[in-house]
Amino acid sequence: MTTTEAPRRHQAQATDAQKWTGRVREYDLVKEFVIALAVVAVLTAALAAIFSSPDEKQVTLSTWSRSAPNDFVLTAAAELDGSSGTASYGAPYTHTPDAAQKIGPVSLQHIAGVTHPINTASDFVLGPLTGVPADPALSAALRTWRAATPEQQQQWATAYDDALTKALDNDPTKVEPGNYGPVPVMLDRLLTTAQSGGLDGALLSQKQFFATDYTKPLLFIADGSYLEDQARAQHLGGDQWGMMNETGSYPGQAWLWLYTFWYQVSPFSTSGNADALVWGLMAVLSLALVLVPFIPGIRSIPRWVPVHRLIWRDYYRQGGAG
Amino acid sequence: MTAPTMPHTWTGRVRARALRDLPPDQLLPEHQPVYVASWIYVFGVLTLAAFLVVLGTGGVLALKGPQWWHRSSTGHYFNSLHLWSVELFMAFMVIHLWGKFFMAAWRGKRAMTWITGAVCFLGSIGTAFTGYLIQSNLDSQWISTQAKDGLNAAGIGSFFNVTDFGQMLMWHIALLPFVVGVLIAVHILQVRRRGVVPPMEIDLRDRVPEQMTP
Repeated sequence: MTTTEAPRRHQAQATDAQKWTGRVREYDLVKEFVIALAVVAVLTAALAAIFSSPDEKQVTLSTWSRSAPNDFVLTAAAELDGSSGTASYGAPYTHTPDAAQKIGPVSLQHIAGVTHPINTASDFVLGPLTGVPADPALSAALRTWRAATPEQQQQWATAYDDALTKALDNDPTKVEPGNYGPVPVMLDRLLTTAQSGGLDGALLSQKQFFATDYTKPLLFIADGSYLEDQARAQHLGGDQWGMMNETGSYPGQAWLWLYTFWYQVSPFSTSGNADALVWGLMAVLSLALVLVPFIPGIRSIPRWVPVHRLIWRDYYRQGGAG
Repeated sequence: MTAPTMPHTWTGRVRARALRDLPPDQLLPEHQPVYVASWIYVFGVLTLAAFLVVLGTGGVLALKGPQWWHRSSTGHYFNSLHLWSVELFMAFMVIHLWGKFFMAAWRGKRAMTWITGAVCFLGSIGTAFTGYLIQSNLDSQWISTQAKDGLNAAGIGSFFNVTDFGQMLMWHIALLPFVVGVLIAVHILQVRRRGVVPPMEIDLRDRVPEQMTP
């Protein structure tokens, strides 16, 4: 910096803050606003009339279990033996050790704690089955299950989950014979309950009539493959820039491009802590955006890149005579 | 002649401060500096106009309830109006933001104008995001089950549950629009208080005393 630059900069800052005393032009702010409002309203009405908006039908436990029964039963088996994504998720759903993501040594996920506790076996399988009426075979199966030790229950559930995974198309009717205890009957009844629509209500009821929390049914559905298959068909997968996409060919949340971008590149694309790292990075970048006026170098970019010469070209062309 | 005295009531002091910082002719001026002559200035007011259309169309959807647009063609059209006004709002705001960046519009004690605008941009992203969560269709199912991982990893999911439709509905139609609306109001008042930032460097060339120039 030359000896004259510092006082020049201070002088520039002082004059920037002064009330403008140079030439002015008539400028009708209210008229400008009214015209802008009319233009935006007409443009919005035209875009809505021409392009409409997407509304892909939701996936319910009923539609899932009827469209992909094998995937439903396989997922339910994983919920029962505790190997599903939700069962081993960590905070805020389970107390699974070392499941929480970290940024270096810090795990905000762990610190925040388990605020929505979920036991997938009892919440997704056993609880709904208890409400199924007048089914002697199911009642007997549940009595057998409850009479068994936790170790025996885990052995049955894991053995059936493994057998389903190995079966052709994960088809329960093609599972090799084995010691699965009452698990096949339980999961068969859970399937028929889901197909009849009973499971959607059972998971949503939350022990009260009015309910708005879809956490349990959504986590159950998301543990399966069916929802992801539907989403990928709509180019919504994580590796398809899905977070900023919308079903169909609609623009979606294009403003999430930078957030979505990090998930596509290493080390985020391969890290087990990708979500925590991306959120940490975006928090820093967001703070930087807010504090641009105070960050040396960044705040000088507008002086180095002469876009302002284009914006104020008429003024500069006239020699800047104020 | 006696000097004007400062009012002693809280009300009087607020009025005096408001009149000092934002006298009526500064709040709604009929003239602007001659350099305010570029299409880039239009995007600020277009953003404000789009925000009002977003509020209006969202208000109609709120009046009829969150399921209306699934079963009514009129409701679907209002949902489309809401969607496209949000797309326009965000597009105008991004252009406005980039324009102000390249004008270094924080110069001259205008840092708070930039900060309120930037926070408003971030708040608008959050508001739009919660809107996608409450569509109650495949899109909202997928977005909520995917977004929960990022929010949970950041510790936010413990109190901001994206799979809780009721909670997200309240954030989308009450809390976040209120915050964004207040930020926009403060942002506009900051613009009126400090005035439109002058062109760069020209002040040195034309307005600084001769002895300060090289």
